[in-house]
Amino acid sequence: MTETTSQPIPSQPKRNLFQQLDLDVRLLGMIGAFVILCIGFNILTDGRFLSPRNLFNLTIQTVSVAIMATGMVFVIVMRHIDLSVGGVLAVTSAVMALVQTKFLPTYLGLGFDNPLTWVIAIAIGLAIGTLIGAFQGWLIGYQGVPAFIVTLGGFLVWRNYGWLFTSGQTIGPLDKNFLVLGGVSGTMGEAVSWTIGVIAVAVSLWAMISSRRGRIQHGFPAKPAWAEGTVMGIVACSILGFVWILNSYDIPTRKLQRMFEAKGEVMPDGLEVGYGLPISVLILIVTAIVMTIVARRTRLGRYIFATGGNPDAAELSGINIRFLTVKVFAIMGFLCALSAVVASARLQNHTNDIGTLDELRVIAAAVIGGTALAGGAGTIYGAILGALVMQSLQSGMAMVGVDAPLQNIVVGSVLVLAVWLDIQYRKRMGAKI
Amino acid sequence: MTASESKSAKQRRADGDTPLVELEDICVSFGGIHAVDHVSVDLHPGEVVGLLGHNGAGKSTLIKVLSGAYQMDSGEIRINGDKAEITNPRDARTYNVETIYQTLALADNLDAASNLFLGRELTTKVGLVDDAAMEAECRRIMGGLNPNFRKFSEPVSALSGGQRQSVAIARAVYFNAKILIMDEPTAALGPQETQMVAELIQKLKAQGIGIFLIDHDVHAVMELCDRASVMKNGQLVGTVHIDEVTDDDLLSMIILGKMPGQAAA
Repeated sequence: MTETTSQPIPSQPKRNLFQQLDLDVRLLGMIGAFVILCIGFNILTDGRFLSPRNLFNLTIQTVSVAIMATGMVFVIVMRHIDLSVGGVLAVTSAVMALVQTKFLPTYLGLGFDNPLTWVIAIAIGLAIGTLIGAFQGWLIGYQGVPAFIVTLGGFLVWRNYGWLFTSGQTIGPLDKNFLVLGGVSGTMGEAVSWTIGVIAVAVSLWAMISSRRGRIQHGFPAKPAWAEGTVMGIVACSILGFVWILNSYDIPTRKLQRMFEAKGEVMPDGLEVGYGLPISVLILIVTAIVMTIVARRTRLGRYIFATGGNPDAAELSGINIRFLTVKVFAIMGFLCALSAVVASARLQNHTNDIGTLDELRVIAAAVIGGTALAGGAGTIYGAILGALVMQSLQSGMAMVGVDAPLQNIVVGSVLVLAVWLDIQYRKRMGAKI
Repeated sequence: MTASESKSAKQRRADGDTPLVELEDICVSFGGIHAVDHVSVDLHPGEVVGLLGHNGAGKSTLIKVLSGAYQMDSGEIRINGDKAEITNPRDARTYNVETIYQTLALADNLDAASNLFLGRELTTKVGLVDDAAMEAECRRIMGGLNPNFRKFSEPVSALSGGQRQSVAIARAVYFNAKILIMDEPTAALGPQETQMVAELIQKLKAQGIGIFLIDHDVHAVMELCDRASVMKNGQLVGTVHIDEVTDDDLLSMIILGKMPGQAAA
């Protein structure tokens, strides 16, 4: 490529450290805010907030909203909204609870805690969630009813189908194998957690190296090696640090004793066993990875973002926007059902009010995480971080002893503040909003 | 344009060769308004046909029937003499019809390569989008079209009008268009970029591509086109050979809706 003087070439702006590292500044800002939040709560609670026990609980509590938030990113990027996620979660939870406690054991005669029960229950739940989502997507994409209206209707309809099916009763206790997916009852222990952590580090380093090699092969500009190395170091430390935190929360001695007694063994004195990575968190991580790959490396994701950026351009490029809408809402419905598994297993029962107000938490998480309601912009990791920030705020304030009305006032204000900051940031970066 | 090129397209018409595209008796109406009213135009390989007319004359509507953005109420599209069924932009692409829209149909939030390949992404063996390969192809083709282009990893919202136009043109060129529709391709451009587009049109003509050029600017049409079809109020005023008319003839066709000679009579 030769340079000609006919067109002014913009002078290279001075590159600061962050630019050289090529990190997402918005992500860094959010992580910074999150760290300050954690440290603040930690001081106010005399170190209880950052204890392994609380961090473990915080992680488990975030999973359900975070799973749905990853789907909400797609919905909002497409310039739609989904107000029905709490309702879909409730009805799929109700159906799965009925299937595993009444339908399969009694009518099909599988008995309680049959090893097949949880699989069948979850398969049915996921199928129903996907169908509900696809149906709503069909109304939006093919019938032209605005997403706001369709899902506002769904907000009332689906939750109350759940109520009808269960007559408003709490259904439980749920299947023993199903409960494993909820959090505390299903953790993988220290050794397995470390193994998964090490594998995760290896895979992410390999992905970064091969991406860098690809750029160099094609002769594209690449980050300096030291910057790449630094980012790799940060990633590796974050993954292993996360595993270390979850491993440091020890199973209480009494509970451990009961576990040994159940197996007919005697617990050795002074034994300490950490919980390790909960299966529900692993579900979230896998969901996040899959959704990120879909967003960045598949045609589906490319079309979702293109449609959000310019629906006319997408349609003129031959993208079938109507069917795309169905797909996006079907994914959202699937993720609601997946969240229902985690949420009802964590609570050990299906309750009539499960997932109440989740639609607002999920939308808030996606928006705090940098998803623009105007469409076309948003990240999966941002939404998960947003969910974590929301959950930390809420449980931190509860630990400090802030009154319930004040908690809601703070959470609401933070939502607006986060979006305002984001707009200011984009203005300064000169981007069109 | 050289004499031989214009002659070859002319010769094809004289010999009665099948045109590349025939739009015959096309009608499109919105509500009660006849946006396009029994209009017929055709296009030969290596020919540039200008579509002229006021805003609302129906030229964009007519051409969107060919690009698949609108559906006609009646009429027939023939490509190489065969009846073509074009009901959406994907159909149009299967007939190698590519369109460069006035509104620059680009997704602002994606980078140049993603826009270039939008709807036809290159994929790896496992079916994932191959960004590196697409960026490499994008750099290759942009290097030929617009050597000053270098914002490859930024969203196209960060580009100038000319740079955006070159992405749109690159898209049409890359996918081997046989029939190219350009809707005011130079409207958003400076003089130098306009010149670049003019040179590009000559290059594409020489490759035997047929081009429909929609424009307001009579001078641009005089300079670039072989023939011009003028529309007014949804109807075809007439089609003329550029070398047989003057600027004023074209203007009176646009403004008065009368063929040259007709006004005098």
